[in-house]
Amino acid sequence: MTTTATETLSVIVEREIPYPPEKLWRALTQPHLIEEWLMKNDFKPVVGHSFNLRGDWGGVLDCEVLAVEPNKTLSYTWNFAHDDAAYNLKSVVTFTLTPTSTGTRLRMEQSGFRPDQKQAFHGAKAGWQKFFADLERVAGGLS
Amino acid sequence: MLFRTLADPTRRAIFERLCRDGEQTVGTLTAQAGVSQPAVSKHLGVLKQAGLVRDRHEGRQTHYSAQLGALAPLIDWTSQMAGFWQSRFDHLEDLLKRMDQ
Repeated sequence: MTTTATETLSVIVEREIPYPPEKLWRALTQPHLIEEWLMKNDFKPVVGHSFNLRGDWGGVLDCEVLAVEPNKTLSYTWNFAHDDAAYNLKSVVTFTLTPTSTGTRLRMEQSGFRPDQKQAFHGAKAGWQKFFADLERVAGGLS
Repeated sequence: MLFRTLADPTRRAIFERLCRDGEQTVGTLTAQAGVSQPAVSKHLGVLKQAGLVRDRHEGRQTHYSAQLGALAPLIDWTSQMAGFWQSRFDHLEDLLKRMDQ
């Protein structure tokens, strides 16, 4: 997680996955598999394809495929339109797959937040479950 | 103050409900809280004092809504999104395991 500039922020999450890039690529690009770990979608691995990600909290993200390099790189926009400009979000999500001796290093970078979006409500909602689990752990220790 | 306010499980449950379901009346909240209406009102009072909820009067009803801005000290947007992706990656790994079979 880094702040790259005053204008934008980015979130980077990396993980070692004990499976080869080809298998991971399927999970990242086949709609019925994407739905299982991320959200409902009408994704196609075609540059320029517009699709939606539909969260179980009711939010709908507008996305467009920016880059597809099989088993290596996948990038798409991750935008959320809201009547209140403060809640608008325009960002780009890029997955990078690097083969390792034991599987794949998966790197996800989401960039493009403006600092004034840091409290965007939909993002908070997307993370509610984990957030409250954390909160319960921290706050529970105080009770 | 925020942690102390949310440390009470009943109060936290009320706050979570407001976050998830939006504005609610005391009556609606009481129906699901498992405690009496005066108890719910008392919890709402504490939440309001902490700036976590706002009330709006309409006729005889008082509607309460969560004030997410009050959580700002607790929520850093980027760490929140990182948490979101970490949990999605957990799901992804579960899926990959199942794809083996």
